[in-house]
Amino acid sequence: MDYRDSPDEAAFRARLRDWLSQRAGDFPAAEGDQYWAGQAAWHRALHAAGFFGLSWPKEYGGHEMPPVYDVILDEELARAGARPRPSLGYLVQGLGRHGSEELRRRFLPGMIDGTERWCQGFSEPEAGSDLASLTTSAVKNGDDYVVHGHKIWTSYSDVADWCLLLARTDPDARRHRGLSAFVISMHQPSIEQRPLQMINGVTTEFGQVLFDGARVPASQMVGAPGEGWALAMTIVAHEREPAELGFSARYGKLVRDLVARAGERPPTADLIWAHVETEMLYTHVRRRLSERLDGMAHGPEGSLDKLLMTWTEQTVGHAALAEGGTGDPELLSAYLYSRSQSVMGGTSQIQKNIIAARILGLGAS
Amino acid sequence: MDARLSAEQRDLRAAAAKLADSLGPQSVLDLSGDDDDGDGGDDAGRRARLEKAVAATAWRTLRSDGASGVEVAIVAEEFARGLVDVPYLGPVLADGLQASSEPTTIAVDGVAVDTRGISRALLLDGNSLRAARVGDVRAGVDLTRVSAEIVGPLQPVAVISAEHVNRWHALALVATTADLLGAARGAHALACGYAKVRAQYGHKIGTYQAVSHPLAEGIALIEGSVSVLRHAAWAVDEAAPDDAIRAARLAKVYCARTARTVCETSIQVHGGIGNTWDCLAHVYLRRVLAATELFPVRLEEVGCGLS
Repeated sequence: MDYRDSPDEAAFRARLRDWLSQRAGDFPAAEGDQYWAGQAAWHRALHAAGFFGLSWPKEYGGHEMPPVYDVILDEELARAGARPRPSLGYLVQGLGRHGSEELRRRFLPGMIDGTERWCQGFSEPEAGSDLASLTTSAVKNGDDYVVHGHKIWTSYSDVADWCLLLARTDPDARRHRGLSAFVISMHQPSIEQRPLQMINGVTTEFGQVLFDGARVPASQMVGAPGEGWALAMTIVAHEREPAELGFSARYGKLVRDLVARAGERPPTADLIWAHVETEMLYTHVRRRLSERLDGMAHGPEGSLDKLLMTWTEQTVGHAALAEGGTGDPELLSAYLYSRSQSVMGGTSQIQKNIIAARILGLGAS
Repeated sequence: MDARLSAEQRDLRAAAAKLADSLGPQSVLDLSGDDDDGDGGDDAGRRARLEKAVAATAWRTLRSDGASGVEVAIVAEEFARGLVDVPYLGPVLADGLQASSEPTTIAVDGVAVDTRGISRALLLDGNSLRAARVGDVRAGVDLTRVSAEIVGPLQPVAVISAEHVNRWHALALVATTADLLGAARGAHALACGYAKVRAQYGHKIGTYQAVSHPLAEGIALIEGSVSVLRHAAWAVDEAAPDDAIRAARLAKVYCARTARTVCETSIQVHGGIGNTWDCLAHVYLRRVLAATELFPVRLEEVGCGLS
């Protein structure tokens, strides 16, 4: 056990810190629409400098480094005031594990280097927590499938080139057995974008996507017909991990900003708790990434991590509100945005159901 | 960076857990017999066997044997989870101040802690280490451990370095934090076990979300506590002394809150039974309250390192 950087880790950190210091002027001061709009350029810059896709396979543009390097990346990005790394890990894992070699070779390099942008079409207005009830259909027509349906909470749908889509290919099969996954082009006239404005005013993070006869080649089905659910489960399991999302360092950055803002005033109890929870999450992410060195599977533990991450973000949100009141637009936005953390990527209630059934063995309700 | 326990540390955890599970109290009744009262009941026999087994491990002298804060915390956690009711925390912290041939515990603020069967206590006053005799038992919240008055005159023992004092303070915070976490784990397991057997409205209560969700929150709080404690335990010997104390205070503040919450949930899940003396849930809660008050940390102490 040693929480310090190894010599290799320290060298990587120094190299990254140096690169970041040369770019300090490029970092956005605030979140909001401008922040989300700049993600693509940031993704490509990070990758071009060799600082993105650290733990992913070299043949697709990654670096095959141990998972702990992602923590170093997140820490240094937050320390420099840079944007967090793009959260793509769950898409890479989903396509990497369930896609054919042909699909992996075609799509993973562009996903990882940022030249092609992606969104994920899972949730629907009538299929939120109950994802398996989704009704978007994909019907075989010649060499293509034709897609009809309505997706929602689709991050980056307005800028995406590709969508990893979950659709029903067998209307007679029960629930999740009738679902298949596709890589569908977003550049089609039969796809309509409708923005969603979130409670903090941001409109560019989430979208709604309407598919009205959009086409996808059958060769771009991920896995076999009816195997979409397995991919979906891989993705949501990875989506739930703070280690994947890289948020813990971002919370720490906000806490430090709040402390600086408080100046000579003693920190409020809200702010101290935000500090405590943020440090807890930081040690937790380090423990989880270390456990991966043993090849630990991604199981229901991700739901525990998601709860801890959610509580931390919402505690930090309360501290932001306590320090800034409603008069500071940036802090108000951070507070309002924190409310979505207990919903996105699976609600806290769903996480608790998973934990109760699969970790505690309490039986389904 | 590697936050994993070593194979030896995992073995130590397994051994401590096995000892606690086989000889720790299984019920509140198991706690009631007092080995001093000569009633010859079964419990005195159990506790005597536990004492003999713990003494044979030499875990009370982990520090003078060169073990790190991580090992001290591992044993403390498993012993609290199993409500071990013979001394460990006091002697292992005393040994962390100075090795001794006579069974010795520590005294804090004029009170000797964890004194069952122990007649000598070490006190730290600044850098000065002094020894006292253990006097009359004091009433306390903890049903598994005994505290006592100290009796003078205080004997000067040694003067120890500032760094030793600081690292020992971090160790004391970490050991009591491990006690908090272990007690929380025990209380949580007790509640989950009950939720799987207790039925109402025709179903096991654990199948109701009103019961299962607080238990799910509890295990998440426990996992967060494991992570924050592990870092603090490592820091006792490996970080700069000030950083070690900072990490230990943060861990203790977090775990004191999570452990109390988990114990309160355990009482609630047990319903009316959970509010009776005969349910072990309050024994865990009491151990948590005692460990919180021993080397207490105020929130402001965590905050003062911020600005």
